[in-house]
Amino acid sequence: MFGILASIIDGVLVGSVYGLAAMGLTLIWGVMNVINLSHGAMIVAGMFGLFYLSTLLGAPAYAAIPPVVVAGFAVGVGLYWIAVHRMIGRPPLMSLLATFSVNMVLIGLGTTVWGTVLFNVPVSLPGITWQGYTFTGTHIMAAVVTGAIAGLLYLFLYRTRPGKAIRAVASNREAAELNGIPTRQVLSLAFGLGIALACSSGALIATMFPFTVLSGTAYQLKSFVVTVLGGLGNPAGALFGGVALGLLEGLVTPFMPVSWTSVIEFVVFVIVLIAFPAGLFNFSRRR
Amino acid sequence: MNKSWLIAAAVLCLAGTPAFAADEDTLTIGFTVSQTGALNLDSIAQLHGFEMWRDDVNAAGGIKAGSKHYKVRFVSYDDQSQPGRVQQLYTRLIVEDKAQFLFSPYSSGLVATATVISEQYGKLMMSIGGAEGKTYQLGNKFLFQTYTSADHYLSGAIELVKSKNASAKVALVYSDDPFSKAVAIAAREQAKQAGLQIVLDESYPPAQTDFSAIINKVVSSGADTLLGGGHYPDGATLARQLYDQKVNLKWATLLVAPDSPQFSSLGPAAQGISVPSQWAPQVKYKPDFGPTPVEFAKRFEAKYNIAPGYHAAGGYSGGMLFQHAIEQAGSIEPEKVAAELNKMDVTTLWGATKFSTDPKSHGLQLAHQMVLTQWQMKNGQLVKEVVWPLAAATAPVVYPYR
Repeated sequence: MFGILASIIDGVLVGSVYGLAAMGLTLIWGVMNVINLSHGAMIVAGMFGLFYLSTLLGAPAYAAIPPVVVAGFAVGVGLYWIAVHRMIGRPPLMSLLATFSVNMVLIGLGTTVWGTVLFNVPVSLPGITWQGYTFTGTHIMAAVVTGAIAGLLYLFLYRTRPGKAIRAVASNREAAELNGIPTRQVLSLAFGLGIALACSSGALIATMFPFTVLSGTAYQLKSFVVTVLGGLGNPAGALFGGVALGLLEGLVTPFMPVSWTSVIEFVVFVIVLIAFPAGLFNFSRRR
Repeated sequence: MNKSWLIAAAVLCLAGTPAFAADEDTLTIGFTVSQTGALNLDSIAQLHGFEMWRDDVNAAGGIKAGSKHYKVRFVSYDDQSQPGRVQQLYTRLIVEDKAQFLFSPYSSGLVATATVISEQYGKLMMSIGGAEGKTYQLGNKFLFQTYTSADHYLSGAIELVKSKNASAKVALVYSDDPFSKAVAIAAREQAKQAGLQIVLDESYPPAQTDFSAIINKVVSSGADTLLGGGHYPDGATLARQLYDQKVNLKWATLLVAPDSPQFSSLGPAAQGISVPSQWAPQVKYKPDFGPTPVEFAKRFEAKYNIAPGYHAAGGYSGGMLFQHAIEQAGSIEPEKVAAELNKMDVTTLWGATKFSTDPKSHGLQLAHQMVLTQWQMKNGQLVKEVVWPLAAATAPVVYPYR
C-alpha cells in the first residue's frame, strides 16, 4: 500500500516537470498554431545549459536555472525569426516541417559535438524517507520550481501588458492587430517563452536523471501526450495534464510491468483525443 | 571546355573511384560502429581496440600469410545503434567495399542482424560484443564468438551473493533487449538453483529514463540484492537513482554500464556497484602470443588517455585472433582461415579462446571465462577491482556494498 502511494507521489512530482515541458509546446500552439517539433531538442539544450553552468563553471545547479531560462528565451526568439515567422498563416505542414528540420539540425550538431554519451549533473539535496521509500530532494525541488515557474507564467500572462497581448493574439490575431498590438513581436515573444519553458524543464530533468543528446525525443513524446490531456493551447491544462500523466504512471507501475506504461499512456492519449478532443482540463473551451 | 567543367569532371572521376578498393597487399576488414545512439560508448571503446590492433599490425609490417605481408585496412560506417542500418551497411561492406573479413557490430541484437548478412554471403565474421548465445545456435558456419555467452554473465555474482547470504532476496531488473533478456533467463534459473529467492522479476524498455517506479517496486519486494541492468545509459541512470533513493540493498550487480571507466563520473552512486566483466586489466593470463593484459592496458591508456574496459580489450583481441588464424593458415583464403579458427585453442590477453565446432552451435565460445569487478573507494578515488572468482581477485569484496 505504501509502495503504491510512494509511486503515485513520485509520479506526480516528476509529472509536474513533464507538464512544464508541455506548457511551452501548448503555448506556442495556442498563440500561433505551430506544432513545435524542435521542442525535444530545446529540452536537451536546457539539460546541457545546466550541465555546463553547474559542472564546468561551478554554479549551484538551481542557481543555473534562471540563466538557462533567459538563454532559452533568446534562442527561442532567434529561432522564431529564422525558421518559424515565414510559416505563420501557411498550411500547418509547413511549420511542422520547418521545426522538424530545426530539430534534425540541432540533434545532428549535438551528436557531432557531444556524441551520445551520457551526461550526469550530480545534485546533492536531502530527500524525505517514509516507510523505506525515499522521495529524492531533486524530485521535490523540481516540482517546487515547476510550481514557481507556472505561477510566474500565470502572472505574466494575466497581469502584464505583454502577457495580455499574447492572450489577445491567441484569441484573435486580426482583432489584436486592429487594436494596435504588434502581433509579429508578440508571436516571437510567445515562441521565446515556449522555448524558455522547454529549456527550464530540461534543466530540471537534468537535476534528476542523467541524459544524452537524444533524450529529448522521449520527453517530447510525453509533452504531446500531456498537451492532449490538458487541451491544446491551454498552458494551465498542460500543467494539470503533466500531473495527471505522472499520476497515471505512478498508478500503473505497481500493478503491471513498467514496459506496459507507455502502452497505457498512448491508449489514454487516443481515448482522450476521441472522447475529449479539447482535453481533460480545458474547462473554458468545453462550455 | 572551361576550368570549372574540368574541375567538375575531375571530382566526378575521383568520386567514381572506390574509396577502399582492395589491392594485393591489403587486407580489408569491414564492420559498423555505433558512433551514435544508445550503444555508442561501448561500441567506440571496441573500435579503439580494433584501431590499436590495426596500428600495431601495420607498424610491424602487416599480417604474414605465407610469403606475403598484408597491411590491414578498415572500412567502417556508423550504424547509429540501429539494426536496420546494420543490415544495409553489412551488405554494402561486402558487395560494394569488397571487405574480405568482417568484425561484428557491438551488442547482441546488432550481431544477430549482421550475421544474417555475413552468412548469406559466406563471409567470416569475428563476433565481438555479441554475447547472446541464441545467435550461435542457428547452424551458422562463418561466425566466431569471442565473448563468454550471455548465459554466464551473472553466474559469478550469484555465486558471490550465495557465499555471503544463502537466503538472499533477489530483484531481477533488466532491460528488454535480446542480450539482457538472455542474461536474465539464465540468471533466473541459476539463482533458483543456488537457493536464492527471486522476489521481483521486471523488465523495462531499453530507452527507460526514470527508474523511480521500478525502484519503489524493488523496495516493496523486500529485495536485498539487485541483479540486472542493460547497457550504458539505462544502467548508469539506474545506479544513480538507486543511490538517490537510498535503497537498502546489500548488493547490486549491473550489466555492461559499470564496466566503462566513465561510470565513475556518477561519483558516490558508482561506489560498490559491481559488473560482470569479460576482461579486466588486472587479469593474470599468460598469452601464447601478443601483449600481456598489463602491457595492453598501459599502451591503450597512453594512446587514448583512458583505461581500457573489456570492450576495448575484446576489440583488440578479436583482431589478434583473425591475425593468428591467417598466419597459421599461411593464406587469406576464407576456407583455410576458417579451418584454423575451428581448431584454435589459444590463450591471449583476452584469456582462453576455443570455438565450438558442433554444427548446431558452431562458433560458440567455449573456453573464455568472466570475472566480477566492483567499484571501490581507494584513497579517495573510485577504482575497479576484480572481486570474483576469488582465485582472480585483486581486492576483497565489499559486502554489503555500501
